[in-house]
Amino acid sequence: MAHAATLEIKNLNKQYQVGDKSLPVLEDISLSIKPGEFVSIVGSSGCGKSTLLKLLIGLEDQYQGDILLDGKRIVGTSLERGIVFQEHRLFPWLTVEQNISIGLLNNTELSAEEKTNSIQEHIELVGLKDFANAYPYQLSGGMSQRVAIARALVNRPEVLLLDEPFGALDAFTRAYLQQELQRIWEKEGITMILVTHDVEEAVYLGDRVVVMQPRPGRIKRVIDVNLPRERTRSSAKFTAIKEEVLREFADTPDTVEELTTQTTVNEAPKNSFLTADALCY
Amino acid sequence: MSLNLKNLRGAVLPLALLLVWYAVTALGLVNTKLIVPPEKVLQVAYKFVMRGNFLESIEASLFRDLSGFLLGSVAGVLLGVLMGLSRWTERFVGPSFNTLKQISLFAWLPLISTWLGTGDAAKILFVALSAFYPVALNTFEGVRGVSKAQLEVARVYAFTYKQLITKLILPSASPQILTGLHLGLIYAWMATIGAEFLLISSGSGLGDTVIKGRAAFNIELIVFGMLTIGLIGAIFNHIATRIERRLLVWRGA
Ligand SMILES: Nc1ncnc2c1ncn2[C@@H]1O[C@H](COP(=O)(O)OP(=O)(O)O)[C@@H](O)[C@H]1O
Ligand SMILES: [Mg+2]
Repeated sequence: MAHAATLEIKNLNKQYQVGDKSLPVLEDISLSIKPGEFVSIVGSSGCGKSTLLKLLIGLEDQYQGDILLDGKRIVGTSLERGIVFQEHRLFPWLTVEQNISIGLLNNTELSAEEKTNSIQEHIELVGLKDFANAYPYQLSGGMSQRVAIARALVNRPEVLLLDEPFGALDAFTRAYLQQELQRIWEKEGITMILVTHDVEEAVYLGDRVVVMQPRPGRIKRVIDVNLPRERTRSSAKFTAIKEEVLREFADTPDTVEELTTQTTVNEAPKNSFLTADALCY
Repeated sequence: MSLNLKNLRGAVLPLALLLVWYAVTALGLVNTKLIVPPEKVLQVAYKFVMRGNFLESIEASLFRDLSGFLLGSVAGVLLGVLMGLSRWTERFVGPSFNTLKQISLFAWLPLISTWLGTGDAAKILFVALSAFYPVALNTFEGVRGVSKAQLEVARVYAFTYKQLITKLILPSASPQILTGLHLGLIYAWMATIGAEFLLISSGSGLGDTVIKGRAAFNIELIVFGMLTIGLIGAIFNHIATRIERRLLVWRGA
């Protein structure tokens, strides 16, 4: 793996079935992402950002259109695509080291020794050497999220998807981890797609910022961020781009009631997940 | 475990009761035929332990208890996991399971003794049955409780079905499985004694000993048997608690 991939999304449409109604969630999404590019996606809650990442990672496979990785249609999940969710989703019964090793469980390219080395490397990459044997309950939110990042990176995926990974963290930790993520991105040279509702974060990290609008989720505008790294958040140019992104939000009709009803829909399918067919096994 | 004040606090009540027991019998406040003095119980205990058939009866009870527990809990974990994993099993087995659950455990005894008589096989089956319910029920709930978010993680890392069970579902359900096993262990012990009371056979066992004591109006023996039964139950409980705590360190309780 190790090299970065071109990711092409062509005329992607996605609906969710709610009762007997088909709810359009994504409409005609087209986006071409260069190898090693960092793309930020911003949009209000409910506009389909998580759904888009679920399609890209392969957890959802009902859609129209094409998702091509280096020209090949993606099928299901694959170790060449990694993901970090908003919640760390670590296994609480495993230590930091064991959690990261979950990433390599089905990696057939590395020998046992290479795996051990890679795990150590990634523990160091995210700065958790002293916590290798700690359990998740002993970690702060920021540390847990770093473990989740290491778990996603340990396979050296071509693409890393991040779904509001720092959304639940305090401002200091968030700023620190944004910097860390940038360092890791530069070091690994892989393609990254970051979903966030934090416009500053999007501009700070992205080569491009994709602005989405809701109901159904569409791409409203793609804004280039032609600023050298490491970026200064207070610089005039940075602020100007941030303003430009924020202006896109200002004229998006987006009422509060609509958002509340969407959340209830989101919670509807509970408990029905453990069937063998839902697991796709 | 260190012997600190907290551990000693638990000993206060039994010691006080022992003292009261001793006092009322020594002062002749009660009929000592019905409430025997503690020193007589000690004498009987000494005689019994020395004769060797007391240890034998403990051994016989423990054998029934542990074999029944083993059978019942293995079956319970298996059925619990199966029901938790598959809609199909739950739909077909679930209702029968819930109906059977309503039958008091002791109501099984007539049927079991008709099939298997009153020997060890019948007793072990009864013990197994009593351990089975809490284990199956808790395992089922534990498996059902596996979070959707973690199942997605398993899919992202391409878990095989076997990995899904051994690396996610079982560990995730382990707190509830252990709760089930703990309950099962206690139920099994109660069932062992109950079976020995009710399925009277020529075999030995703690329950049999107590029943024989009743027949001979030997209250010392009854009291001694009761104390032993309680003590063994308490030891089981203690061991189970420690194992649970050890295995669940990751919860950071
Ligand atoms: N499994 C599902 N079934 C039905 N509707 C869903 C499901 N998941 C998400 N949705 C709906 O799709 C829309 C987009 O959700 P999501 O992708 O989570 O948005 P975002 O991540 O941008 O907040 C919302 O209206 C949500 O209610
Ligand atoms: Mg989301």
